[in-house]
Amino acid sequence: MEKQPKLAPFSMHLRVDDFLPADESEKERLVVMRESVGFWKDGVRRLTANPIAMVSLGVLLVVFVIAFIVPVFYPYTYEWQIRGSENLFPMQYSQTEKDIMASGGNVFPHILGTDNLGRDFAIRVMIGARISLTVGMVAAALILLVGSVYGAVSGYFGGWVDMIMMRIVDIIYTIPDILIIILLSVTLKAPLKALADSSRSFAWINTFGVGLICIFIVFTMLYWVGMARLVRGQVLQLKEMEYVTAARALGASHWRIISKHLLSNSIGLLIITTTLQIPSSIFTESILSFIGMGVAAPLPSLGSLAKMGLDGLQSYPYRIFIPAVFIAVIILAFNLLGDGLRDAFDPKLKK
Amino acid sequence: MPRYILKRVLLGLVALFVVSTLTFFLMFLVPGGPFLSEKTPSASTLAALEKKYGLDKPVIVQYGNYMTNVLKGDLGPSMKQRGRTVNDRIGTRFPISARLGGSAMVLALFAGIPLGCLAALKRGRAGDNTILVISTVGIAMPSFITSALLMYIFSLKLGWLPSIGLDGPKNYIMPVAALAFYPTAYITRLMRSSMLDVLGQDYMRTAQAKGLPWAVRIFKHALRNAVGPIITYLGPALAFILIGSFVVEGIFTIPGLGNSFVSSITNRDYTVIMGTTLFLAALLIGFNILSDVLNKLLDQRIQLK
Repeated sequence: MEKQPKLAPFSMHLRVDDFLPADESEKERLVVMRESVGFWKDGVRRLTANPIAMVSLGVLLVVFVIAFIVPVFYPYTYEWQIRGSENLFPMQYSQTEKDIMASGGNVFPHILGTDNLGRDFAIRVMIGARISLTVGMVAAALILLVGSVYGAVSGYFGGWVDMIMMRIVDIIYTIPDILIIILLSVTLKAPLKALADSSRSFAWINTFGVGLICIFIVFTMLYWVGMARLVRGQVLQLKEMEYVTAARALGASHWRIISKHLLSNSIGLLIITTTLQIPSSIFTESILSFIGMGVAAPLPSLGSLAKMGLDGLQSYPYRIFIPAVFIAVIILAFNLLGDGLRDAFDPKLKK
Repeated sequence: MPRYILKRVLLGLVALFVVSTLTFFLMFLVPGGPFLSEKTPSASTLAALEKKYGLDKPVIVQYGNYMTNVLKGDLGPSMKQRGRTVNDRIGTRFPISARLGGSAMVLALFAGIPLGCLAALKRGRAGDNTILVISTVGIAMPSFITSALLMYIFSLKLGWLPSIGLDGPKNYIMPVAALAFYPTAYITRLMRSSMLDVLGQDYMRTAQAKGLPWAVRIFKHALRNAVGPIITYLGPALAFILIGSFVVEGIFTIPGLGNSFVSSITNRDYTVIMGTTLFLAALLIGFNILSDVLNKLLDQRIQLK
């Protein structure tokens, strides 16, 4: 473009340039209609722009690989007691293992040493992380299922149904959950064990461990109330929308409206609440395992590993601090990821 | 207002009723009754024991007796320690836990509120970021991690503090710090966001425009309006300290109620488990009601139905 003659301010002179036909790039800039960005794309775009959330996601991926994939290829198992290899320090070999190596054999190093029963500590931490993650995710999924359906039904039907259902929620909310969890875990253990032993169709209870099942039962019985309240609030807003009226006018059934319209439109809230539920379940499970009420004996969880590590705090401090670091990192990463998801998928919730 | 208190108290009573009924009927899930331990007593002894504790009567009668006793505040005898009642046990153990938990609560409030305010006032600066990072890590650490860390550093490595028992004031430092860590981190975060909310309000700008001194603005206008969420959090905070006490008292071998509760679980002393659960549930529910009512009294803006 050639240089413009300088115009005096407030001059009425016209610029010739302004009357030239627009070139392509200028036309493009003026197009108001951009490619429409959907709910998911928009959310994912905001999430990927959040470095803290992405780092948390990366950390969680690494933890998942350590907990679920590495143990498959690991030469030791969590319950394998290696005679003569008790209480080894990290990267230390027992006499038998040294002999094997001297005769040309291959011994996989105990990266984190072994515990007092000669079990490889690294694999126990990995399996512990797997148990903790499983507890967190299964509990969150159960809570999602119960809480969202309960909240949606309560909010959608309203009136006396809502009244009664919410009073029940109020009562459960008032009951101190941790005490009931302990109470139920103590008393349900024996009947569940009997149930598992009595019939083949319940034998799966033994493979998961009675303690774990108890934790799931009590989490599903008590922890869904927070989720139910949030979903109900959302549904109360959404059910006044025109598309719900339209769906009803077209003869959609209640269940279809709840599942297709109300719950799918609260998906942001559901994702965020579920993600934030996972660390809180892991937190509770680790404390329960620490006081000896979690998973059954040979199976480790991060909490029970920390408990065992406490006894050797003087000589083997890493035995408590490694599981502890795992717990803290998992909880922290899920918390931060949940915050990131909240900012990305439900900016209104941000406070 | 009286209606609100009435509603909360009523809800609390219903919850307590549910808990006590639950504890009673859960006892029946225990196979073989409460007397079956490693040494199975003979049939006649068992019958005598059942008669003594009224377990030979129909369930409904037993339930009635149990509820009347609970209403009278009698939580029954211990099944494992002959001649001791659950009330005795709570009476001797609870004061210790209350002292620890109370100190932890006070510490959490007196550390959390100023830290949260400081972070909000220095928003985005180094101080804020440090406080934010520490408190974010703090709410990811269960109390057994904090306890182990404190014990390792201050008693095993440095040897400054005694690691077990409750002989002197020095013994209180680590357990109280471990119990208070999580609530402090939580209160700090809560206070920070609440304070930021208040600092952005129009009346804060008005106060500044009027030329009010800094201290009056912060303490009278901001702090007073920002402290609401903290008071509401007092109930959950107590619950957290309570759960923490199960773990922390065990680690530091303190003969409090939390430690006794956990050991009764290991010993399967069912009446003690049930009685302690009921006592702690009543404590928590009462405290929750108290903190909600207190919040309402302090903040007249909240319209409670």
